[in-house]
Amino acid sequence: MRQRRREVVKELLRERGELLVIAGLGSTAWDITAAGDSPLSFPLWGAMGQAAMMGLGLAAAQPERRVLVITGDGEMLMGIGSLATIGVQQPANLTVVVIDNERYGETGMQRTHTAEGVDLARIAAACKFKHAVTITAELGPLRELVYRTPGPNFAAVKVADEKLPLVLPPHDGVLLKARFRRALLGPKAEPETSADVLPEER
Amino acid sequence: MQPDWPAHVHRELAAAGVRIVGYVPDAGHKRLIELCQADRSMRAVVLTTEEEGIGLAAGAWLGGEKTVLLMQSSGVGNLVNVLGMVQVCRFPLLMLVTMRGEQGEFNPWQVPMGQTTARVLEAMGVAVRQAGEPETVAAHVHTALRLAFEAQGAAAVLIAQRVIGIKSFQEQSAQ
Repeated sequence: MRQRRREVVKELLRERGELLVIAGLGSTAWDITAAGDSPLSFPLWGAMGQAAMMGLGLAAAQPERRVLVITGDGEMLMGIGSLATIGVQQPANLTVVVIDNERYGETGMQRTHTAEGVDLARIAAACKFKHAVTITAELGPLRELVYRTPGPNFAAVKVADEKLPLVLPPHDGVLLKARFRRALLGPKAEPETSADVLPEER
Repeated sequence: MQPDWPAHVHRELAAAGVRIVGYVPDAGHKRLIELCQADRSMRAVVLTTEEEGIGLAAGAWLGGEKTVLLMQSSGVGNLVNVLGMVQVCRFPLLMLVTMRGEQGEFNPWQVPMGQTTARVLEAMGVAVRQAGEPETVAAHVHTALRLAFEAQGAAAVLIAQRVIGIKSFQEQSAQ
């Protein structure tokens, strides 16, 4: 019996504290919302393939905070090169968790490459992730990886290919961006004016 | 004597507080990449494809940092879909694009993307500034920095092939 995705994500985000979260488009965006929407979650509605890179940018900007990317196998496959880019940068505060149902869930449950045996955790390990695991049963080590273990860390969690009710986050991109920055940065979230940045016109 | 445009551009970026430099290398960006790598206030991030830079820049902005992306004109073609996120979220975006497929191009396969770079960017909502002379590059970057980080827009400075001045395979491989 495979893990159920909503239960996995709910367990990951339980008592999340200061954790910063990026979710890939589609099912994982609905999963994090079902677990409880937060201003410090950024659910993607597009830009397929960029979830892990957004995590890298965020982890580089906020080295004192833990950053979690939750995305699907199809989304990760589209940005597979980003694992190599993250491996070069070695962000200690970043974990990428792929909720791997081996299907393109939003488009008719077509089989992805992982259904044919492509092994994302071994790719991540080959890309110099410090810890890279495939989880099929016990979730035990997963929270440790996300919240404490120095990274970059990677986990592919094999889940059932179930179709679940949509739980939609806000879809206004400007709102999602602004609420995240305000919650994280406070007054510094406001864009600077030229008086602060560039004192003279040339 | 030509002005040292990469040094001027680096100064503009540093003065504006740009901390992250995502790049897919181009011969025309060689010196600027080296200046950014040598700058301890900047983090240079080598990318496998240009679209990774959009995710990088967006994520860094969520975390409060400014990013610049360096690429050549061919790489603009790799960006199209992800520029949709930039537009929808109004993420600040600053790209410095060295041109191929223009005057002096030795590889005809560079021409189609080089001839359409500006139109592709504009079609996806990116403000384009064309730097045709070495003296003007830093000023265009200065303006583009404001467009990106003050007006929360997307801006690209296209650095003309004649500014970079690469004429042949031999010259490029000798760099």
